[in-house]
Amino acid sequence: MTTKLVHAVVNGVLGGGVYALMAVGLTLIFGVLDVINIAQGVMVVLGAYLSYALSVHLHLDLFLGLLLTVPAMFIIGVVIQWAFIRPLRGRERTSMSLLACYAVAIIIEGILYWAFGPNSITLKASYVTSSVHVFGFYLPYIYLYGFAMAVALVVALYGLLYRTLFGRSIRATMQDQTAARLIGINVNRVAALTFGIGVAVTAAGGMVFGATSGGINPNSGYDLISRLLAVIILGGLGSIGGALAASVFMLTAEAIVDIWQPTWSVAVFYAALVVVLTFRPRGLFGRQEARAQ
Amino acid sequence: MRPHHARFLSLGAAACVAAALAGCSSGGSSNSSSSSTPTTSTKAPIVIGTSLSLTGDFSTDGVAFQKGYQLWVRDVNAAGGLLGRQVQLKVLNDASSPTQVVSNYDKLISTDHVDLTFGPFSSKLTTPAAAVAARNGFAFIEGAGGAPSVFTTPANQAAHNVFDVSLPIQDEMVPFTDWVKSLPASQRPKTAAYPMAQDPFADPPVQVAQTMLQAAGVRTVYSKIFPAEVPNYTPAADNVATSGAQMVVLGSTDVPTVSAFMKAFEQQHYVPKIFIAAAGPDQGSAFTGTVGTGNAAGMLVPNAWYPGSPNAQSQKMVTAYLAKYGGTPSGINADVAEAYAVGQVAAQAIQATGGTVNSKIISYLHSGATLSSVQGPVKFDSLGRNLQATVFIFQWQNGKFVQVLPAGAAGSVKIVNPKPAWAS
Repeated sequence: MTTKLVHAVVNGVLGGGVYALMAVGLTLIFGVLDVINIAQGVMVVLGAYLSYALSVHLHLDLFLGLLLTVPAMFIIGVVIQWAFIRPLRGRERTSMSLLACYAVAIIIEGILYWAFGPNSITLKASYVTSSVHVFGFYLPYIYLYGFAMAVALVVALYGLLYRTLFGRSIRATMQDQTAARLIGINVNRVAALTFGIGVAVTAAGGMVFGATSGGINPNSGYDLISRLLAVIILGGLGSIGGALAASVFMLTAEAIVDIWQPTWSVAVFYAALVVVLTFRPRGLFGRQEARAQ
Repeated sequence: MRPHHARFLSLGAAACVAAALAGCSSGGSSNSSSSSTPTTSTKAPIVIGTSLSLTGDFSTDGVAFQKGYQLWVRDVNAAGGLLGRQVQLKVLNDASSPTQVVSNYDKLISTDHVDLTFGPFSSKLTTPAAAVAARNGFAFIEGAGGAPSVFTTPANQAAHNVFDVSLPIQDEMVPFTDWVKSLPASQRPKTAAYPMAQDPFADPPVQVAQTMLQAAGVRTVYSKIFPAEVPNYTPAADNVATSGAQMVVLGSTDVPTVSAFMKAFEQQHYVPKIFIAAAGPDQGSAFTGTVGTGNAAGMLVPNAWYPGSPNAQSQKMVTAYLAKYGGTPSGINADVAEAYAVGQVAAQAIQATGGTVNSKIISYLHSGATLSSVQGPVKFDSLGRNLQATVFIFQWQNGKFVQVLPAGAAGSVKIVNPKPAWAS
């Protein structure tokens, strides 16, 4: 039993890295723009399909392919923000952005069906199915790489936010958009670039998700979005480190429950959310704390 | 003013595009697709309505089903139609949603006034859809709703309107379990794992197999039901691998589920000697394209049909399919045959009753008549189960999908045992 528990914890930590890669963009966008990007699940799938296309047609390694898919997704994010989010004003802005993001999700899904068809795809590479033997456990390389990339990404985003002038602009915009404007920050530019960065990092999450899952189709994003939202709420809306911590926590809880009763594993994902929020309504790293960092 | 203009333009455009795409994407609203050929007679066409999962979790199967229906419509129209009337197919997209499928059949029957309805894909969607048909007095001929729960609903027990042309799935593992029991003690697996997706199609045959194999002395080391359609199967698959079972009987509904287990097994350096899945490996190139032809080697799956079937009608359909869609025989999804068989059975009922009166069709199909199809003979019991269906076990061998069980049956080749190691 101890072996199973340790294995479950290892699975949870490594799987949490994959979820963090998919969730950090979502929480970053919310933190700066107050926009719940309901299209995030489909963005993940889009990232996976872009990696798939480069892998199949250009025989590009999945990680090398990120050098192309990350910038491509950045541009897509900037365009989406400019076309769908920026024009929204007023008190209904947040709720209307949900509708706009849903429209974006449907558009992207339709394009993917048109381009790739309904059959499921999976990303292939030698490190996707191979693993390293450590202390009696086989650890798949793709999960190890994915976790390392998640940690690196979180560190890089922290560096961007707290060690650069642009990061200072982002944080100022997070705290008070009007005040940020008054001190000369181009809030529209910050918003567009932040949305672009949020979508760009999702390319990495999409690639790892596509490689670790049994198969995805253009519709797979809808199974993901509720879990990603749970992750960022638990982590604290707007907190990048919180997204990583919450991903690891929830995936570990899920993996442990899976040992005894897999049918409850999905429920525990959300039960953990309810329990934590009961005692800590702002999540593990709540918004005030996140913005004060 | 400009921001307001921009906002309304943006939202208006978003809403319009969303609405337009919802129709052909996952929104679940209607996506009419007519497969009619030019009418050659003045009689009104026979309009058949169906709801298929063209998007969503079952989209691979839904699209394969659509191909099967369309192929049958084309063939029947090319032969002059039915009773001198051409056949038109009206397809709505249910996006794999049990809610949307109900709305779709309501629309097909009440608004579109179709003459007949054909079933959707999966037991999960057939159950609610058949209840709509029952409420409206429609026969519900289907090919992918073989779960016991489909037949035992109060609606079907009252209306007796469900007719499944494929095999009832509950006993579909029986030839497999018989084969395992027949193995010499030295070759027979000692332990087995039974992971099952929470689905009315996936669980019953695996549970029957578990009962039979346990009685035969095969020890169960893992038997759990996991949620279907979750993004992460790795924990469940890893637990099976940790159990070290010599045989895995997977209650699966689709390719991604089987693929996820295969991938996790490979990562854990675990190769079960015998690996059978309730569904997934029967989906032709959709399966091998995902898991790889090498990894597919040795994978077993139960079904009633395969592309190499000696059935003359099947051979004709395979030829027609390859001419229309290309590919190889092994790449044809078994769903195509299931859908085609639905059309064939409906055609025989229409011819026999001289029209499309649903009450007459229901009575005829319950009359004990034996009908023919690409999947073999069809004869229904009082709840619409096909009593004549013969179950076979198929296996991927060297990139080909071949019949292996029952051993010695016409068309069966030698089974590969144990399963080869993972190829990638």
